[in-house]
Amino acid sequence: MSLQKQQILNKEIESFDFQSGGEASSNLKNILRKLGVPSQTVRKTAIITYELEMNVVIHSLGGELTALISEEELEIRVDDSGPGIEDLDKAFTAGYSTASDEIREMGFGAGMGLVNVKRYADQIDVKSSKEEGTHVKVIINLTN
Amino acid sequence: MTVKELVDQFNLEVVAGPDLDKEIDGAYIGDLLSNVMARAEQGNLWLTVQGHQNVVAVALLVELAAVILVEDFDYEENAVQRACQKGVNLLKTRKKSYALACSFCESKI
Repeated sequence: MSLQKQQILNKEIESFDFQSGGEASSNLKNILRKLGVPSQTVRKTAIITYELEMNVVIHSLGGELTALISEEELEIRVDDSGPGIEDLDKAFTAGYSTASDEIREMGFGAGMGLVNVKRYADQIDVKSSKEEGTHVKVIINLTN
Repeated sequence: MTVKELVDQFNLEVVAGPDLDKEIDGAYIGDLLSNVMARAEQGNLWLTVQGHQNVVAVALLVELAAVILVEDFDYEENAVQRACQKGVNLLKTRKKSYALACSFCESKI
């Protein structure tokens, strides 16, 4: 690994595809293991990517997860094509969710997704609009 | 204790058993997937009423020893298929989570 970031994963995530939901996170976890990333960091990353991946499956029209790595940090980008988050502040509030009853019955939509992401990420940046969808960038430090 | 030994001792039903030699290290009870992702630990048994396919994704990511569906709930067919493909053990029982957890405690799991 060098100082310059290298892309290690780019995976499409389809809307409402519960069959493949979690695959991008699982793929990234295996790649990080092979790269020798410490297991605590791999675990933290899996929590973050699973939440973001399932947000795309449940709430969006589809998107992709991209991971880049350098010696210093891991960058996760999750981009979807809409419809955007109406109220970003609320989305980061524990217990707040716009998920349907059907989704809640499956154990999602507890309003802990982005809260968990924020807890485990070293940096997080979320941009969202109706026109351009939601774009999440998370940084996980690798040098501690 | 391995999952196989657990199944025999507590009379659990194996719905998918691709890796019954997995070692067990503790247990977690919960039905909210975000909580399980954040709180369950590698090698745990996961006691839940959720039997859909994304349960397998969570079990795989956390590297759980097995999922135990309680109160005679059923797994969805695609969950069973996915578990067999991915090496995730799916068990079930008629017992409630609390009763099962108590018996695990008595056996020092």
